[in-house]
Amino acid sequence: MSGIIGSETEFGLSVRGEGRADAVSNSVFLVNSYPCLLSSAPLWDYENENPLLDARGFEADGERERPGSDYNRLLNKLLTNGGRFYVDGAHPEYSTPECSDPRELVLYEKAGERILEMAVESANRRKQGEARFSIYKNNTDHKGNSYGYHENYLVDRSIPFEQLAAQLIPFLVTRQIYAGSGKVGSDTKSDSAHYQISQRSDFFEVLIDLNTMSKRPIINTRDEPHADGMKYRRMHVIVGDANMSEVTTYLKVGALMLVLSMFEKGCFVKGVEMEDPVRSMKGISRDLTLKEKYRLQRGGAWSAIEIQRCYLEAAEQCFSEGADATTKDILRRWRRVLDQLEEGPEQLSREIDWIIKKDLIESYIERKGCGWHDPRVFMMDLQYHDVQQDKGLYAALERGNHVEKLISAEETEHAQEFPPEGTRAYFRGTCLKKFPKDVYAASWATVLFHGSNGVIKKVPLMDPKRGSKELVGPIFEQAKTVDELISLLAR
Amino acid sequence: MAKQDQKRTTKKEAEKKDDDVAANPEVVEKGKKLKEEMDDLLDEIDDVLEENAEEFVKNYVQKGGE
Repeated sequence: MSGIIGSETEFGLSVRGEGRADAVSNSVFLVNSYPCLLSSAPLWDYENENPLLDARGFEADGERERPGSDYNRLLNKLLTNGGRFYVDGAHPEYSTPECSDPRELVLYEKAGERILEMAVESANRRKQGEARFSIYKNNTDHKGNSYGYHENYLVDRSIPFEQLAAQLIPFLVTRQIYAGSGKVGSDTKSDSAHYQISQRSDFFEVLIDLNTMSKRPIINTRDEPHADGMKYRRMHVIVGDANMSEVTTYLKVGALMLVLSMFEKGCFVKGVEMEDPVRSMKGISRDLTLKEKYRLQRGGAWSAIEIQRCYLEAAEQCFSEGADATTKDILRRWRRVLDQLEEGPEQLSREIDWIIKKDLIESYIERKGCGWHDPRVFMMDLQYHDVQQDKGLYAALERGNHVEKLISAEETEHAQEFPPEGTRAYFRGTCLKKFPKDVYAASWATVLFHGSNGVIKKVPLMDPKRGSKELVGPIFEQAKTVDELISLLAR
Repeated sequence: MAKQDQKRTTKKEAEKKDDDVAANPEVVEKGKKLKEEMDDLLDEIDDVLEENAEEFVKNYVQKGGE
């Protein structure tokens, strides 16, 4: 499997106690509490940011984000693992570095949870009991407000955007059956539910658009590749839930990676266009039996499982020869999970987030004799996602060996500090680790240094696949200074 | 570790071999252990769950982001 993926997670933040500090100030305090930075000096380089470019071929109106240097440093922390820990709007956010495969993405998301945990614990120590911070890796406050989890997939530019969108819509609408992290209640006033499969499905109102914050679209048209735009597209997926289960995250991104890879090879699916994707998305989230069928444009009606099987079978055919171990593993799991969702979803109560959470809550409800509307049940939904391992309910499940794991604690600890080795994240992270005082700024596609004669030197990273340990490792071994690094790179 | 291994296989066995449960005392014993572990877990949940859930949940409001 070859591809590049990264995710960005906005975290929910609650502060108990002390005054009425606003969410932005609290987020800034939290991000600046993270104790493991080698330097707080590097800026985030906003020059190439242009979230207003639309893949349908125009640029929307709007202001560009360009914070002054001091505020930039407060908002942004560049991590030695190649990722970014920052304040986005009123939420703390963590972006993983660029990863080469789904398991690596799971690893770097888990590393991010530990980074957030360390930041929270440090923030609470600093507040000395006057305030208590809590952080949640989820997507809703149950009051109609949502914050996102975005996935980014590097895709060949050669596939026309309209075709990509049309091919992806049914997949993204139905993926929640194994990718949803579960939600108690509903965020839409008209459509109530005691429990849903997905946290985010309630919030999607249109099919295709540039917006990410209101009237959210199933297909986001942001065209900001952070790479050579002639070769690459960064497919920006905003429909997903943030997950706690490692197996869920692995399958969620692995299946989509395979599907995009399949499109790059010219293998497309036929006949799964849905009549009303937005409405179906909400319906699927509320149907815990997974048996309901949704009308297709060509006539007839299929269930979400049937639609997913269509993609699975196309992928199995496309990768029937010479598939690597990861591809085979994803295909096997995908098939098994769809089968088990059909036979009896309770079989997946160690692997799929919405089922793990539902199982836990149902056991609690049975013991307490309360109902789904009990405040303790809503609290469980939220606390399932608490990143502090002595409070989080998912963490308790993990400790008691009630869920499947893919990643060890040792690997996770390593990934907080060290970048992936197969992508340009390796270059960025290692620069920050080796030359923390010399990095002036960085972004996904650039690293800028303080040169010896006061000049800022920029190293562009236009290809996410270039900058790996294999390519630049030896240069880092040799270079004692930034000037040496740059001259070695030039050769 | 052995207890945890039992739990992993027990769930699958319990689902597939319903007719064996009554007849096989070993499975009944495993079922009891499963319930014990669930009880332990629920005790733990009770310990860590935020006190005054109603107030906490009411006050948890986010600005909403991307």
